[in-house]
Amino acid sequence: MTDPSPPNESSPAAVRLRGAVALLGRFPALAGMDLEVARGEVVLLAGPNGAGKTTLLRVCAGLVPVVEGSAEVLGVDLRADPRSVRRRVGLLGHAPGLYADLTVSENLEFWCRSSGVAAADGAAALDRMAVAGRLRDLPVRALSAGQRRRVSFATVLARRPELWLLDEPHAGLDAAGRDLVDGLVGEAAAAGATVLFASHELDRAEGVAQRGVTVAGGVAT
Amino acid sequence: MGRTLRDAALLAAKDLRLERRAKVALGQMLPFALLVLLLFAFALDPDRGVLERATSGLFWVTVLFTAVLAVQRAFAVEVDDGVLDALRLSGIAPAAVFLGKVGALVVELVVLEVVLGLGVAVLYDARLEGWGLLAVVAAAATVGIAAAGASYGLLAARLRQGSSLLPLLLLPLLAPVLIAATRGSDVALGRETGSGWPWAALLGVFAVAYLVLGTVLFRPLLEET
Repeated sequence: MTDPSPPNESSPAAVRLRGAVALLGRFPALAGMDLEVARGEVVLLAGPNGAGKTTLLRVCAGLVPVVEGSAEVLGVDLRADPRSVRRRVGLLGHAPGLYADLTVSENLEFWCRSSGVAAADGAAALDRMAVAGRLRDLPVRALSAGQRRRVSFATVLARRPELWLLDEPHAGLDAAGRDLVDGLVGEAAAAGATVLFASHELDRAEGVAQRGVTVAGGVAT
Repeated sequence: MGRTLRDAALLAAKDLRLERRAKVALGQMLPFALLVLLLFAFALDPDRGVLERATSGLFWVTVLFTAVLAVQRAFAVEVDDGVLDALRLSGIAPAAVFLGKVGALVVELVVLEVVLGLGVAVLYDARLEGWGLLAVVAAAATVGIAAAGASYGLLAARLRQGSSLLPLLLLPLLAPVLIAATRGSDVALGRETGSGWPWAALLGVFAVAYLVLGTVLFRPLLEET
């Protein structure tokens, strides 16, 4: 097993992809993606369904391998050692990433402990996401889609990641939830985190993002 | 190593908590296992002593069939709802995930075997002569079954037709465990003469081999996209 190259902590880019190709099965979901996101930036990924936005986020999380080109996230060469970047990012995907038969509190406790995060941070994250006390003792199965979304967001929040990867962060949330997410993204960026998020709600997203990147056909256009 | 074992314990505790909530083992697997024992008792005429001679084999076959259900359930909860990605993102070592799954499966199978053992004693009129031997045989066989199951369980869970594929993958692999466990149990039940300890040792070898293989193979299985 080759040793991974040491992280390039001096790199100003949080994300740097050059000609990155990532496959889903045999389909090139990223077909030569070029993207650079500076540390502390908030960048919107826009584009039609199937453009590759979700795959791009998952590549940046180190979950989908890059088979051609180069990919560096937080100074880590993803082609050499994608696993080493995972604890430093927070991914909010389409699926909730929660155990349906565990309660909200149990889910947060588990995900915090497994990620090396204090359980108190999980409870604090639930407070920030306005997940009320009585809801925390309910199994996730009993929650509405919007409530599950808040809990999923809390698992990201608790990790205090350096890079936030949010896939449709407003999906399923009520107006208050959407405002809350916007506020949290702003706070994260102010604290130095980098945020890369995909959204179809361009009016709202453009008020949060510092710039936008259009993705189509697996490349940034 | 300490971190891996701590994470494995965390995962095993999570799985057992999930099982306590969902009660799949209690509500589905245990009745299935008892039903299989009962059907064997009906199908094999007890007056001809066939049941007596086949007690150990029938017990372990029932455990294997039920273990397939347990393994399917153990990984179904990870594949649903994006949990597998969350697990990969948590940074927990794949070996810890594997060992955690094995640990939880061992606990569930031990409970199952204790209840089945009582069922066998009642239905098949089994008499125990070697408690120590039986305990060691059962422990080693259970670890081997759980370790092999945890390896193939993840593979099958990620395949589209995995639920029907798992028995085809797992049961042939566990045939040596079945044979050794049956022989060792026969000696413990006084159905065979000689020493059962070589069979217990063989089961120990299988258990270690499946644990080592699983620990090594789990990372590529977990990372397969």
